[in-house]
Order: sequence, then structure tokens, then C-alpha cells
Amino acid sequence: MKYTISVLVENHAGVLSKVSGLFSRRGFNIESLAVGVTDDTAISRMTIVVDGDEYIVEQLEKQLNKLIPVIKVKTLAPAETIARTLSLIKVAAGNGKREEVMRISELMGARIVDVTRSTLTLEFADTIERTETLETLLKPYGVKEIVRTGIIAIEKGPNALRPTKRE
Amino acid sequence: MRMISGAAAMVKCLEQENVQVAFGYIGAAICPFYDELVRSSIHHVMVRTEQNAAHSASGYARISGRPGVCIATSGPGATNLLTGIASAYMDSIPLIVITGQVRSDLLGRDVFQEADITGAAEPFTKHSYLVKRAKDLPRIIKEAFHICATGRPGPVLIDVPIDMQKTMIPDFDYDFPIDIIGYKPNVQGHSLQIKKAVEAMKTSSRPIICAGGGVFSANANGLLLEFVEKCNIPVICTMMGIGTLPSGHALNLGMLGSHGCAPANKAIRDADLLVLMGARVGDRAVASPGQVAERAKIIHIDIDPAEIGKNMPAHIPIVGNLRYVLAELIQKCDCKAPSEWVARVTDRKKRYSQMNIPMTQDFVEPKTFMRTLSQKMKPDSVLCADVGQNQIWSANYFEVKTGRFLTSGGMGTMGYSIPCAVGAKIASPGRQVCAVCGDGSFQMSMMELATICQENIGVKIVIMRNNRLGMVRELQDRHYGCRHSAVYLDCNPDFVQIANAYGIAARVVSSNSEVEDAINEMLCTDKPFLLECSVNPDYPSL
Repeated sequence: MKYTISVLVENHAGVLSKVSGLFSRRGFNIESLAVGVTDDTAISRMTIVVDGDEYIVEQLEKQLNKLIPVIKVKTLAPAETIARTLSLIKVAAGNGKREEVMRISELMGARIVDVTRSTLTLEFADTIERTETLETLLKPYGVKEIVRTGIIAIEKGPNALRPTKRE
Repeated sequence: MRMISGAAAMVKCLEQENVQVAFGYIGAAICPFYDELVRSSIHHVMVRTEQNAAHSASGYARISGRPGVCIATSGPGATNLLTGIASAYMDSIPLIVITGQVRSDLLGRDVFQEADITGAAEPFTKHSYLVKRAKDLPRIIKEAFHICATGRPGPVLIDVPIDMQKTMIPDFDYDFPIDIIGYKPNVQGHSLQIKKAVEAMKTSSRPIICAGGGVFSANANGLLLEFVEKCNIPVICTMMGIGTLPSGHALNLGMLGSHGCAPANKAIRDADLLVLMGARVGDRAVASPGQVAERAKIIHIDIDPAEIGKNMPAHIPIVGNLRYVLAELIQKCDCKAPSEWVARVTDRKKRYSQMNIPMTQDFVEPKTFMRTLSQKMKPDSVLCADVGQNQIWSANYFEVKTGRFLTSGGMGTMGYSIPCAVGAKIASPGRQVCAVCGDGSFQMSMMELATICQENIGVKIVIMRNNRLGMVRELQDRHYGCRHSAVYLDCNPDFVQIANAYGIAARVVSSNSEVEDAINEMLCTDKPFLLECSVNPDYPSL
């Protein structure tokens, strides 16, 4: 099963290698990892997707918490989570095909961010499932390149993952 | 404003942390620090290879109860420390590891003696720092001391580029607060969980306690004794937990595990309640933890939440410092373990310890030797066991009274005993300290004879010489069709002559009849002494 884990970390050089090193040496498989700074520039937020079971996720949370630069760890419940990935897709769309690709793009809610005589480049921010659908639809036209970010995720509702207040 | 160098700031911080001894080996990239250290109140012990600086600091920490400090230069000095750091990490020993580093503007260019030591040591350190601004040094060192000694102890590495040591920074008052947002170890223990544990003890008909090294980390062996005697619960020990209860105590059933003793292993097999205290249930202690948890209810008390449920499922987890948890258990637990059960396991132990050990004529019988050694040494002595057959003989037959048994439990690092004994003796000069090693492990650390001479400390060394790597030889006998591969220590040197070359008195014992006299000779002065025992190469660990 896939689990999505949000981790607040100190925004230092070297923290990413501490976290990724922990995963590899404990034998946890990272499916996806995304990092970005939060509203507090001293703190970054990592979103990590792992494949595993309950035992692995419990160990992972505990081992992550042991790292000194890790401030908070939370495994997000799939039903209560909004998860997104950003993709940039370069499609062959020469004469005759451009209209069709544009229609698919519009239908799926992608944005066209670059146009040449022979290609279109689409920007798409959505769930993994819808991203895969878009890719399937575009495949017959000749996908030249796909770049995807790791998944980022946030909880639904008013709850927010924030560092515990200093005493 | 008064300005001081980064190096002077480092030494000032160490002095403020009340560091009295540091173990190290100098090199170019750490010279500014050593230039300040020589003018300080801190005694520097010069080891003969960096790995042993970490081992000695480990021995020092375990006996003094305070962080051990070790120092090395950049590059090879730092990488030589790695085995020592990893050994301390596995056994949760608080170390401050200081390494010199090349100039910060040259980092990453593969200059002379550059090694990414924070990267290399990452899996074996509780935390590490690469100093990038000299003015951060006081905060970093204060944080490092706090992190290494609190929660689950462990080594913390501080890598200091040489220009940071030379940069002038404003002088400072060390009395500033530290606040590490991601580090707030839980110490108290959840009282509801403790209540559940007390209930489980009340209803149990066959309870045992398994005491590990965490009992020492929490300095809770006195409380353990109090609790055990109050509730009359039998105790088994992991190798790291040897001595948490005196070996001769009626309720101490001995060490469990693949190299442990029958009374302890039978007790864990028969128990219906197992209380793990500061023990992580390593594979050598419990081969099939799942089976144990099916038979018995498990209460797991540990300061590190990640240890609970890692190797053995726990029915009642308690995260906390054993000093607090045991104090609360003593207060709340009034029950006594059923006397029938206690009699059953303690009788078994009594019979076991009275069993005769068959004596051989031509050689020294190592188990009887260890018993005799523990009878001759003072009650508060420190025994440092190395790794291999000698470790098993020491663990099972050296009786710890009020002293300590030190060994590299988690990592099983050969060569640990001698540098560990150096650190232990320096931490407690008034106590007898003896390292027991094999002829293999002795040769991994025999350069430290020079440190012993230079420091003029009365460390005793016993070599169990069988001209074999005996533990691996046994493994090959059992699992590799008796094909002996690379286990013969041919061309062993004359160990007595080696000791004499350093000015250390030494003696060979080749029969049981000489053992008592030889031990007396070794212990009669507080000078270093080396005793070489000829052991039958076919003699087993168990």
C-alpha cells in the first residue's frame, strides 16, 4: 500500500541527504519525494510517498522523528488528503494534429505553455490518476518528453501541519 | 569587545562542559585547536590510532557517566574514527567527536586530506555538524553536548574546518539557553501505560525482566535492584545489561541469547510476562522474537520510541527514562511474583552454576580462569571483554559485583577491550581495570600498549591465546563442513617480549595449576601487566 507522509524539517543544507539516507539504509522504498520551503523560511516541508505496510510506516515515522532537524512527521489519510503532481509534457503536434492535442488539453484542463511548428508543451497540475489519463490520451500523437514533480499533499479541512510552539 | 579564536572558543566550551580528559591524535587540520588545548586544563591522552581514541572515549564515558571526547584530524584521521563511532552508536554511548577539516573555501575540491566525514559518519551518529560560521561554535558545541547525553545517548560529530578554528569571534558567556525545535526527548513515561504494566505484573504467574544496556544509560541499576527485590521478579540480562544486577544475585539468571546460558533462555521460554528494560531485543539475544511474543505478554520500556515494536511486538509500550519509570513502578507495584515460579527458575540457576567444568591438564581452562579472576579482583573492578570466544567466556563466567562489564555489544568490534580499558582506568584510576582479549583481537589494538606506558596507568591485559580466530573457527566447524579458512593465527609474536619491549611486565600461563599464582602476580601492584593464557584451540565458547 502507498502512504503519504508530510515532514517538517529545518531548512538547512544536508537535511535532504539525512532523510534520503535514512530511507535507503533502513530499506524503505521512496516512490516520490518533494521538498519546498514553507511560509516560515526556516522550515521546509517534505512530502514523501512510500510503498509499504503499517509496520514500515510506523518505523519510518519513528526513525524520521529521531533525526534532529526533523520537526514534525505526519502520515496523511488518503481519504482526507489532497495530493497533486505537476507535469510538463512535450507532444509532437505538427500540421493536422495540433487542433486535436489542443482539444485534449482543454478537455483535461492543461495549459499550453510553449508552441513550436512541430510541438506543443503542456503544463498539468492534478492527481496522479488524471495525469496518467492525460498521458494515455496524448501517447498516440507522440510524447517527446515528460517531466513530473514529486507529489505534494495537504490535508482537507481546517487542520494545518505546523511546528509545535516553542515553550 | 574581547575577541578569541574559534579554537580558543572550542576549548573554552569543553572546559565549561567540565571536560577533564580528551582522547585524540593530532594532524595538520586540527593544529589550531591543539595549540589552544595544550594551554588548557584538559588532559589530552594521545592514542596510537584514531579508532582507539573513540574506543577510549567510549570506555571513559561508560565509567564516568559523562560524554567521552575524542579528536582527530581531517581525512584519514577522521575516517579512522568511523569504526569507533559506529561501535559507540550501536551501544548508545555518549561521545563528542571533534574532527579537523580542510579550509571551508576548499571543501568539495578533493584537496589534501579532505574527506566528507559528516557524510561518511551519517549512519552512525546521533547528529553531526559541519561548522560554516566560526561564531556558531559555542552554540553548536553546547547543542552537541546536550544531544549526545540526553534521550537515547549516542555520538555527535563536530567537523571544524581549519579556517573556522583560526577566525576571531567575540568572547562569550557559555550560560546561554539552547532550543532545538526538533529535539525534545520524552523522559517521564506515560502514567496510564505504567498503570497497565503494574496490572500486568499483578496478574502474571511467570514474570521475568530482561535488563539491557539502557539500564546503565539511565543510571538506574540501583533502582532496578530495588524494584526486583521488592517484587521478587527474576532477571535475565542482555550482553550490554551484564552487571545491571550483581551476577551472584539470587534473582539474576544470567545472560540470554545464542551465547547465553540455559537458565536465562529457559526462563524466557517459560515466562508469561516479559518486561524489557532498555533492551532492544537484538538477533543474538532473541533469535525468534515473534514466538516469544506469542507465548508471553510484552512490556517494553525504552527511551527511544523507535526501539519499541522494531524487533519484537510490544503489548504495553512505555517510552521514557528508566530512572523515572522504575521509580514509579517501585511506588505503584506492591505485588510479588509467585514463589513457585521464582523457585523454579532460581533453582535451575543454582544447579547450573554448581555444575563442574571439566578441566584439561595441558592448557588453561578459560571458564575457570574467568571465575578465579573475578574472585581475585576487587568487587568494584571493571572488566573489558573483547570480541570472540574470550567475550563469551568473560560474559558467562566473570562475576560482576559492584563493578562493570564493558564490551562492544552491538557492533562486536574486535580490538575494543584495550582502548576501552584505557578510558575506563583514566575515568576511575582507583579501580582495577582488566582487558580480556584473544590473540586475534589483541593484535588489533596492541599499539595501545604505548598509550598505557605514556599515561602510566595500571591497565591489566589477559590474552586468551589459542592461535585461532576461535569464534569463526567454531562457525566453520558447524556450518562450513569443518573447512578452516583464514582462522589460523600462524606466526603469532611472543606476546611477553612485546609487552617487555614497552616496559610492561608479562607472564605466560600454560596450565591451570599456575593460574592463581599468575593472577596474584598480575594484581599485586597497580602497574600494567600482561598475562598470556595458553588455551586449547579446540575449546568451545559454550
